[in-house]
Amino acid sequence: MNLYLDNIIDLYKHPLNQGFLKNPSASHRAFSPLCGDDITVDLFIESNRVQDIRHRGNGCAISQASISLLTEEAKGKSLDELLQIPPEYIVEMLGVELGPVRLKCALLSLEALHKAIQSYYNNHIHGH
Amino acid sequence: MKALFSTADFPILDQRVYGHPLTYLDSANTSLTPDPVLQSMDEYYREYNANIHRAVYPLGEKATLEHENAREKLRQFIKAESVQEIIFTRNATEGINLVAKTWGKQNLKQGDTILLSIMEHHSNIVPWQMLAQENGLEIQYLGINHEGRLDLEEYNSLLKNEKIRMVGVTHQSNVLGTINPVKEMIQLAHEQGSKVLVDGAQAVPHMPIDVQYLSADFYVFTGHKMCGPTGIGVLYAKKTLLEEMPPFLGGGEMIRTVTTEGSTWNDLPYKFEAGTPHISGAIGLGAAVDYLNALDMTAVQSAEKRLLDYALKQVQNLHGLRLYGPQESDMRGSALSFSLEGIHPHDIATLLAEQGICVRAGHHCAQPLMRHLEVPATVRASLAFYNTQEDIDRLLTGLKSVQQKFL
Repeated sequence: MNLYLDNIIDLYKHPLNQGFLKNPSASHRAFSPLCGDDITVDLFIESNRVQDIRHRGNGCAISQASISLLTEEAKGKSLDELLQIPPEYIVEMLGVELGPVRLKCALLSLEALHKAIQSYYNNHIHGH
Repeated sequence: MKALFSTADFPILDQRVYGHPLTYLDSANTSLTPDPVLQSMDEYYREYNANIHRAVYPLGEKATLEHENAREKLRQFIKAESVQEIIFTRNATEGINLVAKTWGKQNLKQGDTILLSIMEHHSNIVPWQMLAQENGLEIQYLGINHEGRLDLEEYNSLLKNEKIRMVGVTHQSNVLGTINPVKEMIQLAHEQGSKVLVDGAQAVPHMPIDVQYLSADFYVFTGHKMCGPTGIGVLYAKKTLLEEMPPFLGGGEMIRTVTTEGSTWNDLPYKFEAGTPHISGAIGLGAAVDYLNALDMTAVQSAEKRLLDYALKQVQNLHGLRLYGPQESDMRGSALSFSLEGIHPHDIATLLAEQGICVRAGHHCAQPLMRHLEVPATVRASLAFYNTQEDIDRLLTGLKSVQQKFL
């Protein structure tokens, strides 16, 4: 078992796409009371595609590596495509085996992204 | 030094995890269960499995006898005056809920205040919040100083509020390890006219307890942190209080007579024990008391203090480690909550797990305290008499390897 591959710790120390967007089309903050993982994502959306994305917050290495990789993945993709990302994909993307407790850390990123997209849809009903 | 116990009593320790020896440092969460306790429960199911207080055949009589013997063992263990004051519950949480929903509901009126310490476990906060909402009560919190100890001056001045009718305080903090001066606190509360509930879940496994010396009105604890099984705990309360309290749950066993119009209640302690209880659990908890008595709780306390002194020295010497709670072993139990700079507690716990080391990471069911300490989570290593200096050494080696990985 090796949950902490070098790339995960590397992403924890040097996260990708960290920060704010000035005028985000949608944002969502996902919080896990269990371990205090805290992720906020900002999306800039045009033509139903994520044109730019940033995240911030703090948490364990798994949650932070997960949101770094997911934000990379999301750039340029359509909202519907992103909504269809299943939890298994996140685990595959991280390349580690996760027990039920740590799985929640890995999936907080997906929750933040999906809820941000849903809030965008809720505010732009005509778009869906 | 003569060993306090035989390692053969804990067969669970004889295993490897990912190729490493099992290092169990999570006894504040749940303790390991020694063989004699397992045997006592096994015997009940294999040899005299029967319901209690009703069967007239020998199996039933033996089951009733063993169940009630366990109650007597617990009475002696915490030095209660009468077995009628020993109520079996599922756990400490149920004991507190019982008090809130019976004594609290009956005696606390609109505007009355409950005083809790900021270091309480959720189990000694949430039942009172629920009652406060129902009965229109206030809740006040007593803070801690920089050492993680309750401020007795503040306590004294808060007690000037004559609306305070109940004080809820933990005997030993599950996060900080702080042992609170509950005897003095109870005395001050009684002078003011308030009752006191002590959460003894973390104290009973580690020190001799005398509820009469403390003069506690209510004292709750759980079996699975003191070498007993899960699903069984104890509420101690003064008989005079229990007699006035309405029943908690209704059903079989807790009644004297039932007619279609109504019911009358059974004597203490049965009035508070509706339905078939956790018979094997009570018997197992009685066996745990026998086990701890054989070790001698004063000897357990001194052995754990020596181990704690060693552990404190080791963790305090680790660069980048911040230990929460008292830094000395005086009036301190062996829960060691800490953080490592720049590394999230969950990552630490997971990396230690890969080396066979069991610690807890998270908020430890004490979110108000974590907010007070301004940390989202900590790592907690907690000791028991079956731990050794070698366990502490493995923890330190483990922590250093975690730091290396993240540097």
